[in-house]
Amino acid sequence: MTARHAPLASARFRTDVRARHGRGRIMRRVFLASTVVGLVALMALGYNVVKEAFGLVAVRDTIPPSRLSDRPLEELSKDELVAMLQAHISAAVFQRLESERPFAQRSQQDVLDLVVDRVVEPEIVLSWPLNEALLQRQAIEATLAAEAPDARLEWRSWLSLDFLTRTMSSDPARAGVRTALLGSIWMIAITLVVAFPVGVASAVYLEEYAGRSRIQRIIQTNIDNLAGVPSIIYGMLGLAIFVRALGPLTSGQIFGVSDTNGRTILSAGLTMALLILPVIIINAQEAIRAVPGSLREAAFGLGATRWQAVWSHVLPYALPGILTGTILALSRAIGETAPLIVVGASTFIVSDPSGPFSKFTALPIQIYNWTSRPQDQFRDIAAAAILVLLATLLSLNAAAIVLRNRYSRRMQ
Amino acid sequence: MNPALTATATPSGPSPAASLRAGMGHRVRIGEGVIRVFLFLAGALSVATTIGIVVVLGSESLLFFRDPQVSLVEFLTGTRWQPAIGDFGIWPLATSTLITSTIALIVSVPLGLSAAIYLSEYASPRARASLKPILEILAGIPTVVYGYFALTFMTPILRGIFGSDTVQIYNMASGGIVMGIMILPLISSMSEDALNAVPRSLREAAYAVGATRLETALRIVVPAAVSGIVAAFILGMSRALGETMIVAISVGSGPDFTLNPFRGAETITGHIARISGGDLSYNSLDYNSLFALGLVLFLITLTLNLISRRVVARLREVYE
Repeated sequence: MTARHAPLASARFRTDVRARHGRGRIMRRVFLASTVVGLVALMALGYNVVKEAFGLVAVRDTIPPSRLSDRPLEELSKDELVAMLQAHISAAVFQRLESERPFAQRSQQDVLDLVVDRVVEPEIVLSWPLNEALLQRQAIEATLAAEAPDARLEWRSWLSLDFLTRTMSSDPARAGVRTALLGSIWMIAITLVVAFPVGVASAVYLEEYAGRSRIQRIIQTNIDNLAGVPSIIYGMLGLAIFVRALGPLTSGQIFGVSDTNGRTILSAGLTMALLILPVIIINAQEAIRAVPGSLREAAFGLGATRWQAVWSHVLPYALPGILTGTILALSRAIGETAPLIVVGASTFIVSDPSGPFSKFTALPIQIYNWTSRPQDQFRDIAAAAILVLLATLLSLNAAAIVLRNRYSRRMQ
Repeated sequence: MNPALTATATPSGPSPAASLRAGMGHRVRIGEGVIRVFLFLAGALSVATTIGIVVVLGSESLLFFRDPQVSLVEFLTGTRWQPAIGDFGIWPLATSTLITSTIALIVSVPLGLSAAIYLSEYASPRARASLKPILEILAGIPTVVYGYFALTFMTPILRGIFGSDTVQIYNMASGGIVMGIMILPLISSMSEDALNAVPRSLREAAYAVGATRLETALRIVVPAAVSGIVAAFILGMSRALGETMIVAISVGSGPDFTLNPFRGAETITGHIARISGGDLSYNSLDYNSLFALGLVLFLITLTLNLISRRVVARLREVYE
């Protein structure tokens, strides 16, 4: 072979090696860049949401305060404000306010808020996202002067305490996520109550009782496949089973609730429970598998039955792992939207859910609904709702990580 | 503490064995049996769920195909989906499902595989520790948020690049690209697992004969892990086909038979979401048609998942 006799450091060999290493360096950068794409996408997503959730708005008062009185409204007495209110709103609305809470009992601040809300009626005519508000202030002021000269420019954070506590409204400036948030909480509570015990029980059965039998294999394969079923299919299952077939139960008819059909929080919670069950089971199985066999044997050695060993030895030891998995599964359920649409979430509800048999809306449904509307301001509150959703998920995940860390410290 | 057990400590009573037997009488064993049955039922619930899905989708689809207005042949070959006038051809929905999923794979496969190669072959432990969580965060973001991202960020960018005459507000491209970002973490983490499973000795052998790190990665490690990587692609495809919210928000709402990715159309999942979100009366042909679509979706994703699992299982046999 001639290659063996050629000197290793021949010129051709050296350029060849240099070229190969050059290619290596280039591709290394390509690989790194691909990995960083994820980071870039994440930042773009965050930027896009934040810039919509905060920004400038042009506000126009239907009746400017200067036309109502020569003094600033804050300085007026309660009686003057009440008189002002009575003069500008219809008698029927005034009556309704009176019956909600008599004016004699209301504070000056309370009446002032009513005057601002009902008489001055500030209305948002234009809005600009944060990036434009910071960088193109002149252009914005020019547009404002051209299109709405009587409006004033204000900073606005669409995400605010009021946003969390206000109910739905067809006016984006007054809409909030209260009903959606409560709906999500109710739904998750039902999901947890159903999916946690059933999921842990299945995992215990598969790991501690079933052995390597045929039944075990069938159930295991089945769970693995269920984890890959698209979530919208679960929605269709929920629609056919919980909403229609079990309608009398999920609508609460057999408990004497009569005004609803099966499209209730209960149906949604049960559907979601089926959806996250495979995730909970798989995580719980892993946690149980990590329990050392010696613990079980020690229990058996003392004469414990299988269940006693599981209940007092295996489960306490595996609990942190099981809880971590459950929290992660729940955070998936909180963000799921498609099954809720199919099961029949309502998009416009103003009353708080009163129990499992209420009609419902949920945070992701609200985001979907607001995103699908053409007006800019609905996009802004959709962004604010996304921030609420992401903050919820982040705190749940932080809880899971804390739990995991504490668990691993105890193991050492 | 079981009183029977403490009793055994004092020899004055009946024989220890007898009192033990008395303490652990039938009641305990019946309890064990009941618990066992309960645990089995919990495990069986997941099988019942699968059966439920098959029965629900199957029976409603049967009702759909029994209707005189519908024929199976038309359903599988028709190019118009207009329930209002009795046209039920799945192709307008199927093509847009395939186009968005293909775009998603075109985005996520090269990026995901490159990221996996970087994380498993190049990255220092510290770089890995800071880069992997980012991908995990991407995997945890709800799909409705991705939908918002597609509509308010990706679409304007595409319209800026290609002109707003070519790119419609609702289009398949932006939904597909964002779906690609969504399945990127899935593909990269599954591929990385496959690459990590390749024995170290293979790499060392390659270095020993003078291969560079790149050559080792591309010619030795990736081919050795190919079944796991392919499994990741298949699973990613299945995830993309079943994804609903991104396409429901950004791809549009009208079954339109088109191959142009810059036009709006409606995917199978998007159609199911839109129709079932409105006022839908049960037992109507519309209602039943959704379940026929659901059945098609279920069968395709199930098949892909099974293939993916089979491929991974083969990988395990080789190296264990």
